[in-house]
Amino acid sequence: MSTTTHPAPPLDRDTVLAAYRRIVARRVATVAGLALLCVAAFALDLVTGPSALTPAQLFGGLLDPQSLTPAQSAIVFQVRLPYAVMAVLVGAALSLAGAEMQTILNNPLASPFTLGVSSAASFGAALAIVAGISLPFVPADWMVPLNAFACAFGSVLLLQLMARWRNTGVETVVLLGIALVFAFNALVAFVQFLSSQESLQQLVFWSMGSLSRATWQNTGVLAIALALVTPFSLLAANRLTSLRLGEDRARSFGVDVNRLRFFALLRVSVLAATSVAFVGTIGFIGLVGPHVARLLLGEDHRFLLPASLLTGALIMSLASVASKTLVPGVLMPVGVVTAIVGVPVFLFLIFRRPERT
Amino acid sequence: MSVGLLEVRGLRAGYGTRKVIDALDLPAIAPGEVYSLVGPNAAGKSTLLRALAGLQPASGSVRLDGHELIGLPLAEHARRVTYMPQTLPQGVALRVLESVIGALRTASADDARASIEQRAIGVLERVGILPLALEGLDHLSGGQRQLVSLAQAIAREPRVLLLDEPISALDLRHQLRVMRIVHDLARERGMIVLMVLHDLEIAARWSDGIVMLSRGAVAASGTPSDAITPQALANVYGVRARIERCSAGSLQVMVDDVLEGTGSPS
Repeated sequence: MSTTTHPAPPLDRDTVLAAYRRIVARRVATVAGLALLCVAAFALDLVTGPSALTPAQLFGGLLDPQSLTPAQSAIVFQVRLPYAVMAVLVGAALSLAGAEMQTILNNPLASPFTLGVSSAASFGAALAIVAGISLPFVPADWMVPLNAFACAFGSVLLLQLMARWRNTGVETVVLLGIALVFAFNALVAFVQFLSSQESLQQLVFWSMGSLSRATWQNTGVLAIALALVTPFSLLAANRLTSLRLGEDRARSFGVDVNRLRFFALLRVSVLAATSVAFVGTIGFIGLVGPHVARLLLGEDHRFLLPASLLTGALIMSLASVASKTLVPGVLMPVGVVTAIVGVPVFLFLIFRRPERT
Repeated sequence: MSVGLLEVRGLRAGYGTRKVIDALDLPAIAPGEVYSLVGPNAAGKSTLLRALAGLQPASGSVRLDGHELIGLPLAEHARRVTYMPQTLPQGVALRVLESVIGALRTASADDARASIEQRAIGVLERVGILPLALEGLDHLSGGQRQLVSLAQAIAREPRVLLLDEPISALDLRHQLRVMRIVHDLARERGMIVLMVLHDLEIAARWSDGIVMLSRGAVAASGTPSDAITPQALANVYGVRARIERCSAGSLQVMVDDVLEGTGSPS
């Protein structure tokens, strides 16, 4: 955490102000450093893959597409680039969603994954795959993500509704979220039980979470969702920081906490539902990304939110690299890799928490 | 209309259908005055404070400077009245200074950065915790946290400051420090201070007026010596007590016994 150590206590106003401004400058530099690391991880993700494409060929091809053969061009522009961009966007979206969720629910374990959003998306996808639902004017290959989105979005709205129904506290919202996880998992199991072998295979693969579903169309949709939501998150940064000082205190500062929670959960549902709809279940990014950002920068949300976005993108890009390199020649579902990377980090975070006395 | 007065008439507030305070009137409180709300547990003190802060639904009339506060949008209400809860939450990764800056930024997003920083540092100096400015909130003692909490509240320069048990977790030295700061600020800035206290002697020493609550109603009110009487203590707390004055003139409450079958059911 960035608030742990400092030199001898400063005593006069000018010294304090100068020290505080140095801290702020260091935070800006940390966010910039994270952005640079993201660019580096994105580049590494681009150059990693089973085909014999050198970095020079790849980056040369990005600048001058004519320099690539049709096969190389297909690899770069239909596989590497959309997968790498999708990794960045999904990581950023899930981590930003997790950061907002943890603050508004005052719970460090809250994330789209732990509160039922991913399970709801799986249920939506399962329904579309097994029942083969179709809608007029909607292309067949968009039905699974569309249904996954509808269920994921619906689950957060259901959470909102239940929470507002009797004006329950945030602890109850978390419990309701956990109840949703179990409910949707049970429903998915029920659909799996009824499904054919072929549908079951598709369903299992979908639920693993994979960047191989990335296309320019769905990457574009997620980019637009992230671009639309992020400014509103950043505008709420000061109010979210106040909320960390306690609900009554924030309200006494003039923050309409119910409204703040409602719109934050709306943003979370758009980000999480769009992400999981396109790439399937990706666990731990929404949980671990904000924690890493918090450890680096503290909880001033002016820095925490952009840093969470970047740490999520960074972890996801690195997970994408790992998914291509862990088993040579095999592209593992990235959802499997994020869980493998995520569990040790999660355990570390749990065990480093101070003991309660 | 009286200039600057806080006037509370017929106030009703509670939780759901359960009324905690009903048709409650308070004496008019003038700018610069410090009032203490005292009474046994579950008498409705915190509910009253929260209702005045606009944190829970209330009906009746709360007027400041002749203007009705009930029904005002939260942001408008918060510009005039600030509430300091009993505790500052644990596990928050913020430094002392940035928590005060955060309180100011939430209120006045238009103010220049430098002005907000200067104001926040000024408040820490005023409360005497400037050396703690860059400490993490989680590394402070209970007393220090209470002072930070107070700094966050007064940084907003409210017309009315509501403090919920501001000294409940503090040692003698910190109790005295908080009460002195609050008292001096009220006088200097013409701020109305209303606080919930359990220690009757401290309430008597630092308050211009006392309101003693029992079961959601005012059981006694007035100057400390008018409100804190053996009869009021017997009726409200169910104790037999003597009220005396020490050589310095401070009011002393000496409880001799518990009166069976009287006082608050809690």
